[in-house]
Amino acid sequence: MSANISESTVRELRDQAQKCVELCRRAGADAAEVLVRDGSELTVKIRLGEPELVQEAGSRALGLRVFKDGRRAVTYTSDLRDKPLEAFVKESVALAALSEPDEFALAPDPSELATDVPDLDLYDERVGEVDAAWALKQCQLGEAAARGADARISNSDGATWSRVVGATAFATSGGFVGGYRGTYASFYVEPICDDASEATPKKRNGYWWTADRFLARLDDPEAVGREAARRTVAQLGSRKIPTQECPVVFDPEVARSLVGTVFSVANGSSFWRKSTYLLGREGTIIASPLVTIVDRPHLPRAPGSRPFDGDGLPTRDNTLVRAGVLETVLCDTYAARKLGRKSTGSSGRGIGGNPGPTTSNLILEAGATPRAELLRSTGRGLYVTSMMGFGFNPVTGDFSRGASGFWIENGELTFPVSEITVSCNFDQLLQRIDCVGDDLDMRSSTAAPTLRVSHMTIAGSSA
Amino acid sequence: MPTLAPPELSAPFAPGGEAAIDAVLAQRLLAAALESGGDAADLYFEYRVTADYALQEEKVKSVGRGVTLGLGVRVTKGDATGYAFTEDLAWERMVHAARIAGQIATGGGRAQPVAAHAVSLPDYYPVQRLSLIEPPADKLALLYAADKAARAADPRIVKVEASLVEQIKEVLVISSDGRMARDVQPLMRFGVSAVAEDGGKRQSGSSGGGGRFGLDYFAQPGKDAVSHGREAARVAIAMLDAREAPAGEMPVVLASGDSGILLHEAVGHGLEADFNRKETSNYTGQIGKPVASALCTVVDDGTIGASRGSINVDDEGYTSGRHVLIENGILVGYMHDRLSAKHFGVSPGGNGRRESFRSMPLPRMTNTLLMPGPHAPEEIIASVKRGIYAKRFSGGQVNISNGDFVFSLTESYLIEDGKLTAPLKGVNLIGNGPEAMRKVDMLGTDFELSDGIWTCGKDGQSVPVGVGTPSCRISAITVGGTQA
Repeated sequence: MSANISESTVRELRDQAQKCVELCRRAGADAAEVLVRDGSELTVKIRLGEPELVQEAGSRALGLRVFKDGRRAVTYTSDLRDKPLEAFVKESVALAALSEPDEFALAPDPSELATDVPDLDLYDERVGEVDAAWALKQCQLGEAAARGADARISNSDGATWSRVVGATAFATSGGFVGGYRGTYASFYVEPICDDASEATPKKRNGYWWTADRFLARLDDPEAVGREAARRTVAQLGSRKIPTQECPVVFDPEVARSLVGTVFSVANGSSFWRKSTYLLGREGTIIASPLVTIVDRPHLPRAPGSRPFDGDGLPTRDNTLVRAGVLETVLCDTYAARKLGRKSTGSSGRGIGGNPGPTTSNLILEAGATPRAELLRSTGRGLYVTSMMGFGFNPVTGDFSRGASGFWIENGELTFPVSEITVSCNFDQLLQRIDCVGDDLDMRSSTAAPTLRVSHMTIAGSSA
Repeated sequence: MPTLAPPELSAPFAPGGEAAIDAVLAQRLLAAALESGGDAADLYFEYRVTADYALQEEKVKSVGRGVTLGLGVRVTKGDATGYAFTEDLAWERMVHAARIAGQIATGGGRAQPVAAHAVSLPDYYPVQRLSLIEPPADKLALLYAADKAARAADPRIVKVEASLVEQIKEVLVISSDGRMARDVQPLMRFGVSAVAEDGGKRQSGSSGGGGRFGLDYFAQPGKDAVSHGREAARVAIAMLDAREAPAGEMPVVLASGDSGILLHEAVGHGLEADFNRKETSNYTGQIGKPVASALCTVVDDGTIGASRGSINVDDEGYTSGRHVLIENGILVGYMHDRLSAKHFGVSPGGNGRRESFRSMPLPRMTNTLLMPGPHAPEEIIASVKRGIYAKRFSGGQVNISNGDFVFSLTESYLIEDGKLTAPLKGVNLIGNGPEAMRKVDMLGTDFELSDGIWTCGKDGQSVPVGVGTPSCRISAITVGGTQA
C-alpha cells in the first residue's frame, strides 16, 4: 500500500486551511493563520537478524493562531471533524482575550506575503512506495554487513530504516495560501563491541547513517553497515587523556552542532529577548575570517528546503556570518518588528506553538583544506567525533561539553579518547577556528565541514 | 478521592463519551490485532488537554491550548513489536490500526484475547481541583507575582520570563491478557527565568516546580510564585561574579535534591531492562555484583504522592511500585516493561511508560532516588580541601553502553579549605557511571526530592520524571572548566 500524498491532497489541505481561516473570521477573529499537516511514517528495525519493530501510522493535525483586539491565542487539535472544529475555533477566539495586547504581534503586512510557491523538488514517489518488507530487507543487509565486517562486533543495537511522507498547507486572513509535500528517508546501523581493556567492563557502541529526500540518493545499506562497524571497533581501548590545552579538530558529524549553536545566539528572538552574548555585535567580527555561514532555503532536494516561511513570507538566502563578520540575524515577523527591521523570511511554525525564527539549510561553507592535510598540519591535538550534554549558556557564551574521539599525533589519528570535556567560551571558539576542511557534509539541514579550533581546554585525568 | 476529569475535560472514550470504549469493544479490537498470529496485544487510548501561559516583558504575550486524542495498538510476537496508531476513533479506523500492528506476526498460534477486567488502582495524586478548571485570572496572577518579585529583588535584573503549563491526560489501557486500567493524570509546571546585567556582565538564573498538583502546589512553603521569582533573580545575581571553572579531576559535593540527575544518568538509564535484555548496557550481567560504594542504595519509586514522576498505573496497565535497584552498593534489580519482565522471568513493576499514543512503551524511570546516609551536610563540605560544590543543573546525558555521562551545572561554587568561596561559570561534569558511583564516599542525612521540573528523553520519547538525593561527595570526578 503506497503512502504517497497526491497533489490533489495538498490542494485539499490548502482548502481546509482556508476554510478554517473563514471559520475564525465568522467566530469574530480580526485575523487568523491556519497550518494543516498531513503525514505518515514507517519505521522498521532489525536486531540480530530478526525483526524488532514495524511501526506504521498516519496523522493529520491543525494549528491555529487567532488575533482579536490586538490579543492572540495559539491552539491545536487533531479532531478535524466539522462540528468539533467549529467549537475549537470559537474557543480559540475566546481564549485570545486572556492575553494582553502586544503592538508587535500582528499578522504580517499583506504586501510581504509570498505570491507564488516555487517547486523545490522535495518529493520522491519512490519513498512513499516503500513497504515494510523492503525496508526490513535494507536493515537485514546493513546489520549483516556490520556484523560481518569485523569479528570484534559482538552485539548490535540494530539497523533502523524510516521514512516520512508529509504535506503542509498554510493559509492566512492576509491572503496567503500555499502548500507543498515532501519525503525523507533515513537508515541507521548501530553495532556494539565488548571492551575488555579496562577493569570495569564496558561496551563500545557506534553508528553510521544515510538520509535523503530521494530514495536513489541513499547510500548502499551494506556500505553504511561497514562504516558503522569501522567506527565502532575504532573506539576499543578508549581512554582519558590528561587535562591540557591543545588544538581541537571537530569531525563534520559534530561540527554541525557548533553551527546550530551559532544560530541559537544569532536569531532575532534571542536578540530582542537579550538572551545572547552576540547582542550589539552585528557588523563586527564574531568569528575567524575563514567562517562564512549561510541559510539557503531554495536548494533543490535538500533536507531543510522550503518554499515559504511560517508567516507566509517568501523564503530567501541569508548570510549570517560573512568572513567572520556577523551580517544578519535570522528573524521572523515578530522578532523583526521588535527590533524595528524586516523579516528575513525565517519564520518557523509548528502545529502547537508560536512562530519563531528558524533555519532551512544552515551551512558553514567549505574551506580549501582536504581533511588529511588538515590533520597533518595539526601535528598534535584532539579529534572529536562525538559530543554529549547541554553545556552552553547563550547569555555568556560559556561552552563546555563532554567529548570523545581520537588523539592526533604526528598529524595522524592514534588511540581513541573518551570521558573528557572540551571547553572554551564560544566567542573565543569561533574566533580561534584556524582551518576549515573542504569536506562539507550535506546529509542534514545543518551542515559543516571538518573544523579546527587552535586551542581549547581539555579536562581529563590529573596525571 | 481519585482525580476525576470534569465533564468538559472528560475523554471521548470514557464511559458515556461519544466514542465510549467498553471491555466488549476492546476485545473485538484486540481480536483483530491478533488475527495474524501475534502472541499478545494492547490498546492505549489517550486524551490530553494542555494549556500554557507565558509572560515576557511584563505582559502575558501568549496563551495556548491543545487537544490530543488517539489510540495506539501494539502487537508482540516473541521480541518483535508491531505498532500503529490512529487519531480517528471511528470503528473502521481503529480496526485498520489493529490489523496494521498485527502484521508483525505471520502465522503461528492464534492467541485469543481474554475478557478484560478493571485493575484496581492506587491513588498517588488525589487532586481535588484541577488547575485547568480554575479561573484563568488566578493563573495569570501567578505569572505577574513571579515577574514582580524577580524584578523587585535587585535593580540589576533586566529581564524576566515566567510560564505555566498545565495538563490533564486520561488514559485507558486494555491488554489481551485481560488487564483494563483507566487513569487521570494531572500535571503542572511553573517556571521563572531572569537575566541580570552589571557593567557589561550578563548572567541568567531560573527556578521552577510543579508536579501532579492543582494550584494547591503554590500553597506549599517556599513554592509560591514570589519565592520562585526571587530564587531566579538570586541565581542570576550570584552568577554575575562567577569566575572560570577549573579543569580536571577533583572532589565534587552535590547538593541535595536536583543532584539526583547524577543518579538518573550514571545508573538509572543503564538499569532500564531493555538495554540489559539486549545486553547493550554496561550493567549487563552485573546483578549481585558491586556497582557503587557500599553507602549507596538506589530506588526507583513511582508511588510518591504528587511527584512529577509518579504514576498510579504504567502505560501497559501495571500498577506502579517502589523498586530497589542497588542495595548497599550491590546491583539487585532492573526496571522492567512487559517484554523485559518476561525475558528475565520477573513480574512487571510498573515502569513501562510512553510519551503518547504515538509511541510504544519502554522501560522508563519514575522517581529515581539515592537514599540518605550518615553524614551531616556541613561536614561533607568541610571535608573538601579543594573542589566544587554543585547546586543547580540544566540537564545531563549518558551513553548506556560505555557508561560515560555528563551533567551540566548552572550554579556551582569553588570549595577551598572546607568553605564555599567563588561562584563558577557554567560547567560540565563528566564521569563513568559505575566508576563515579564507587567514588561516592560521603552521603548526607538531608535527603530531598527534586521539585517537579525534570523531563527524561529516550528513543525520542519524553516522559516526566522525578529525582532525589541527599548531599553527596564524589571523591574524584572530571570537572570540565577552562582553567587547566
